[in-house]
Amino acid sequence: MGQSMRINLQVWRQRNEKAQGQFETYNVETNPDMSFLEMFDVLNEQLIEEGKEPVAFDHDCREGICGMCSMVINGRPHGPKQGITTCQLHMRSFQNGDTIVVEPWRANAFPVVKDLSVNRSAFDRIISAGGFVSVNTGNAVDANSVLISKEVADEAFEAATCIGCGACVSACKNASAMLFVGAKVSQLSMLPQGQPERETRVVAMVNQMDAEGFGACTNTGACAAECPKQIPLSVIANLNREFYKAKLNGK
Amino acid sequence: MKLDSKIPQGSINEKWTQYKSSVPLVNPANKRHLNVIVVGTGLAGASAAATLAEMGYKVSAFCFQDSPRRAHSIAAQGGINAAKNYQNDGDSVYRLFYDTIKGGDYRAREANVHRLAEVSTNIIDQCVAQGVPFAREYGGTLSNRSFGGTQVQRTFYAAGQTGQQLLLGAYSALERQVGLGNVKMYARHEMIEVVTIDGKARGIIARNLISGQLERHFGHAVLLCTGGYGNVFYLSTNAMGSNVTAAWKAHKAGAYFGNPCFTQIHPTCIPVSGHYQSKLTLMSESLRNDGRIWVPKKQGDTRHPNDIPEEERDYYLERRYPAFGNLVPRDIASRAAKERCDAGYGVGPSKMAVYLDFKYNMINKYGRAEASKRGIANPDEATLLELGKEIIKGQYGNLFDMYKQITDENPYEVPMRIYPAVHYTMGGLWVDYELMTTVPGLYALGEANFSDHGANRLGASALMQGLADGYFVIPYTIGNYLSKEIHTKPIPTDHEAFDQAEKKAAERINMFLNINGKRSVESYHRELGKIMWDKCGMARNEKGLNEAISEIRALREDFYKNVRVPGTADEFNPELDKAGRVADFLELGELMCIDALNRNESCGGHFREEFQTEEGEALRDDEKYLAVFAWESKGENQWELHREELNYENIKIQQRSYK
Repeated sequence: MGQSMRINLQVWRQRNEKAQGQFETYNVETNPDMSFLEMFDVLNEQLIEEGKEPVAFDHDCREGICGMCSMVINGRPHGPKQGITTCQLHMRSFQNGDTIVVEPWRANAFPVVKDLSVNRSAFDRIISAGGFVSVNTGNAVDANSVLISKEVADEAFEAATCIGCGACVSACKNASAMLFVGAKVSQLSMLPQGQPERETRVVAMVNQMDAEGFGACTNTGACAAECPKQIPLSVIANLNREFYKAKLNGK
Repeated sequence: MKLDSKIPQGSINEKWTQYKSSVPLVNPANKRHLNVIVVGTGLAGASAAATLAEMGYKVSAFCFQDSPRRAHSIAAQGGINAAKNYQNDGDSVYRLFYDTIKGGDYRAREANVHRLAEVSTNIIDQCVAQGVPFAREYGGTLSNRSFGGTQVQRTFYAAGQTGQQLLLGAYSALERQVGLGNVKMYARHEMIEVVTIDGKARGIIARNLISGQLERHFGHAVLLCTGGYGNVFYLSTNAMGSNVTAAWKAHKAGAYFGNPCFTQIHPTCIPVSGHYQSKLTLMSESLRNDGRIWVPKKQGDTRHPNDIPEEERDYYLERRYPAFGNLVPRDIASRAAKERCDAGYGVGPSKMAVYLDFKYNMINKYGRAEASKRGIANPDEATLLELGKEIIKGQYGNLFDMYKQITDENPYEVPMRIYPAVHYTMGGLWVDYELMTTVPGLYALGEANFSDHGANRLGASALMQGLADGYFVIPYTIGNYLSKEIHTKPIPTDHEAFDQAEKKAAERINMFLNINGKRSVESYHRELGKIMWDKCGMARNEKGLNEAISEIRALREDFYKNVRVPGTADEFNPELDKAGRVADFLELGELMCIDALNRNESCGGHFREEFQTEEGEALRDDEKYLAVFAWESKGENQWELHREELNYENIKIQQRSYK
């Protein structure tokens, strides 16, 4: 186990969606092998023992796949390292004595629930609008009856690894959800199973995205840079292409 | 009450087909008037909710996470089994059935497991149709790999993220039904009571985790798809929020709990690094296809692994189990690792770890194949290693990255250090062939039930079972119950049964908030976990189990006196949610120890030190324990044991051997 580290934490505290929030400062003893969220566990245990209110934050699997954890750390969604979620960040990425500022995802479409926890149900509603193949259980043909080349399968898989965490929205100065929507549209438009609804899907998802209050895309690329699953910016190009094609066809 | 497993008559090959052809149906017009509550949105819950809604039922679905897509099925890495025989290597429904029964150490119900093997092939078809991007070969066909405990390649996968891709498939089907208005989705809601009226499950009390409000929901039937209870051990590979609360409330409302002590300790997890550790991370079992497990031959050897020469390494699984080698089932691999570490051969800072080493296969398996493909004549070892690394990266890249992120060591250069950790619970709510618990109208699906894995689950079988139950079993079996409910009008939630259940839930919440003690909920959970791991973990004995029972009772008593739950009941309060869950774990832990104490044999993941062969293998007692233990709650911490005797009509029971 590594040596102990002292961290000065500045954490956004906000009682609920309506309340005014503010930063609070805490000192935490940690060590390099501890994960960032384990540092929050230590802080919370300390706060509870002192009779204070612990910091609310979202987290679940703690192995980088559920997409629940969501902290903006020193201004960057999921912190300073590339290709990982907050839960995979370890204190060895910081120095003894560092000040770390922690905020919730920032976007109008993701209202704060409490402290560092936000409401991302807008993403569910976008999927609900069209992010699926309409195939009821029992309708499927033999899985090998439709061949899909390895290249296409791999590319579809890459787009499908999106964990729906919302870092892309939080990173974007316009709070745009184009990377999230682009990932799902890309996956399904590449695969033969997604063809019948290809045009209606993209239009429905984009309409819902707009209705939820996400901003427009200005091709800054912050989303892809901060995406913990490194979804490439090309999915946004796919999304635009699919959308215009559908519109040209009167969808 | 006598347990009736409702296994259909007829030969094993025909039971399910005949059942499906003769089970009563509900006509489409009536389905629209029947409400079904689904708690949990993992593979079992999402697939059940989506399918039942497609059929026309009115579904309400609940999950405690902020979105149904986050259920812990998402974290499953390795794959999903199906008896497709695409590899032409002799697989069949019978073989999958046989492997699963044998893998479960002959403690599962034949009829259920056979049905599971039968529907396994439909699952793959359904998922592909949804756009799940499984791994494929260059020719466009689906790819397979092998998993522990089998000698065929029947595991379908999507890199190391199979659970994620399958769950996103089921989630998209669920969201489609939400959009169509057939499912009402309640995220950030936790079920905290089951409501029964005249002995039948008629709804739930759920807590809105954001507002803290208690809500009443009516259903003609209630499906619990709430996963396993591995977090009773505090440290496990489960998500932080995974809990037993819904299943435990059902148990207290009359549902029997089956084989609670059957827990799976997964052999390949990243070892514990410190006291602050909050969870353990799994390294997929698929790694054992290409990684060889070893420890130094010398006790307490502190040399760097790369400095230990070949002849001084003990590949103990290959030595003890030549036929299956590194691919023995999980319970066997886990115990073998514990045996080596306990005997002083463990490695790493804690000495509680073994090596999982890819170098041999990087060079000999992949390096050579790649060199010959590229026409490189007489390649040296360094070239082979580099070529092999690329292939390994393609197959397991995300797992290697995850390992490096957590341990700060590069597994391409240094062998991984691994140790067993709690991963899955085979035990769960007792269900009959129709997946109904002992409470009429209350069902349990997926990991939440005890049904298909006996005393040990084989790799890549959990995803199969979750989706089998949700997509292909419950849509038929629920008809047998709901066809008799078509005249039942929705019961208004001001019924006194709802009043009472809500009152009970509210009183419990206030009780937690009013204890005002000194200790955090987390500290109790950690302490309970240590008792469970030390005394009801990989190896158990009578003395330890008795000690554990009294320690848990004492801890529970202390919890209700000294726990501190901050905040209030009418706000977002994760500490309060956790208090309820840990309180339930404190009761379940005791039942697990009682179950383990009553089962005087070793089988699968349940290893009683008093019952082992001379070679240290599990020693079953089929005379006395060829049975499911189903526990009935008899008030506070009192239980009565019921037995379901298991009949093996198709598979000959033998000593399980992987040698």
